[in-house]
Amino acid sequence: MKITDLCEEIWLGVSSNKTRSGLTMLGIVIGIASVIAMLAVGQGSKAQIEANIQSIGSNLLLVQPGFQRGAGISVSAGRGSAQSLTREDATALASISGVSAVSPETTSRQQIVAKGQNTNTSIVGTTPAYLETRNLNIAEGSFFTDAQIASRGKVAVIGPTTRDDLFGEGGDAVGQKIRIKNMEFTVIGVTAAKGGSGFTNQDDTVFIPISVMSTYFTGNDMVGSIAVKAANQERMSEVQASITALLLQRHGIADPQQADFSVLNQSDIASAASSATQTFTLLLASIAGISLLVGGIGIMNMMLTTVTERTREIGLRQAIGAEKEEIVGQFLGEAILLTVLGGLIGIGLGYGIAWGLQAFMGTKTQVAWSSVGLAFGVSAVIGLVFGYYPARRAAKLNPIQALKYE
Amino acid sequence: MIEVKNVTKDYTNGNDVARILKGVSFQVQKGEFIAIMGPSGSGKSTLMHILGALDTPTDGTYSLDGKDISALPEDELARIRKAKIGFVFQAFHLLPRATVLRNVALPLLYAGMDRADREGRAKEALLAAGLEEERHLHLTSQLSGGQMQRVAIARALVNDPAIVLADEPTGNLDSKTGDLVLGTFQRLHAQGRTVILITHEPYVAEHAERILVIRDGELVEDKKNAHRRMQTDAI
Repeated sequence: MKITDLCEEIWLGVSSNKTRSGLTMLGIVIGIASVIAMLAVGQGSKAQIEANIQSIGSNLLLVQPGFQRGAGISVSAGRGSAQSLTREDATALASISGVSAVSPETTSRQQIVAKGQNTNTSIVGTTPAYLETRNLNIAEGSFFTDAQIASRGKVAVIGPTTRDDLFGEGGDAVGQKIRIKNMEFTVIGVTAAKGGSGFTNQDDTVFIPISVMSTYFTGNDMVGSIAVKAANQERMSEVQASITALLLQRHGIADPQQADFSVLNQSDIASAASSATQTFTLLLASIAGISLLVGGIGIMNMMLTTVTERTREIGLRQAIGAEKEEIVGQFLGEAILLTVLGGLIGIGLGYGIAWGLQAFMGTKTQVAWSSVGLAFGVSAVIGLVFGYYPARRAAKLNPIQALKYE
Repeated sequence: MIEVKNVTKDYTNGNDVARILKGVSFQVQKGEFIAIMGPSGSGKSTLMHILGALDTPTDGTYSLDGKDISALPEDELARIRKAKIGFVFQAFHLLPRATVLRNVALPLLYAGMDRADREGRAKEALLAAGLEEERHLHLTSQLSGGQMQRVAIARALVNDPAIVLADEPTGNLDSKTGDLVLGTFQRLHAQGRTVILITHEPYVAEHAERILVIRDGELVEDKKNAHRRMQTDAI
């Protein structure tokens, strides 16, 4: 028997009973579609979390004050409660090799008033390097300069959300006055929107020179944290070690266990988050995998029914000279055709669901080519595995009994 | 051309051994038209299965075209059936959702023949079996019983077999259509085909040249048919 003829027989076998073939495929269609859609949701949320982490900055190390401990007793007031970092520390860190930018940051929550509107948001006192460490862009106007820090200029750069709250959506903010703690600041710029990032919403923030922050708000030279941007990802651990060493030396601490600061590495945060999404994706995939398995059993069930129903046909084919292999080939081929067709439709449907979730539900989804390949491979294997037993059974039929089968 | 020598067939069911054929011997020459007749349970169907290479004898030999095929494995038997045997069944056994032409060409598919040759030979066989060309592309489920049996006869002829084995070919047909089908076998015989008809009806058997009677697994009679009934399949 020629292979093209075998393919034609397989096609005719499947297409001659369209309702049943369609229903048989449905199990596989649903299984594959759910695998694709679930993995797309998993991949999408992973990508979203990674984007969120990227939005705090890239190649970022965060230096935070350590625990404040009372003398001699080990009562901790919590991480970051100590005031141990100064602007001088930040300046010193900038000289470490492999560091591309350093920005000290002090945050304070304040009521802001402008033109009768008011809002409560966080005020960040920082330096122009903040733009680089935090990957922040200016949409209108400009950021403040080092000269404005030196002269303690009462200028502010506001986030787009704050601008909307104070001046109306898309309102003209640059040049306007705002009042913070009864001090008048001139808005000189608006930052570009970054989207709601998970940790701090940089779109709803007011940035002022750090000198103004320390003079009028905190009253001392301490800073809340220092963001350090490494030149590239490969140097991050090296830079982290250098920061630790330099700060220990500057603070006169010999034992690293007693450090009054801690250095958070962004890639640690990223890997923790991605391992969480990995688990989430795995969970979704295993649910989808179960539905795929059920679909495969459905195929086997239908193929067994088909073999029983077509017993007389099998007997006839044997009587006119079909060999065992040819019978196996036909029934196995039919099972594989059903699963592969079901797989293709399932991939299309999975894409559709993933698209729909993103378009209508706002769930970020991302269809990975690997999951498409996986789904397709799995469906072909299911056809092979679950089609083999019925096909074998067909070929083992005794032609005499098969012909007499009622 | 066909030589059956001391063929026995046993069926075992648990500890019971039933001997269905008890040493049957006969010969059939090329171009003969014989009828194997016997009541149900006589063993004629078992004999037909052995003649048709669907089954092998427990003992004894069966040679077809000078080759002993009494102890071949299943796939070898399938090849013998493909090359040398044409079956016509009582129940027709056509693929209902396929066209007449495809049904007839089916044995050639397993012989690995090209499509164009298959269809050419299927058309010839259909014309030889008396089914006019306008019906060749109909689905077999749209045909009458007589037409279905003609399609089945055409399918049996398409591989140019050494023998045409017909198992109760008129059993599902009314007597008028049955006569037409018997007429077709007589015409094929006149054209030189070897035809073996298996039946329990004396009326049907009387259309053959020679009648073998089987009873209780034994060949009890092997005679020339002196009063042959003749039919025509002219439509």
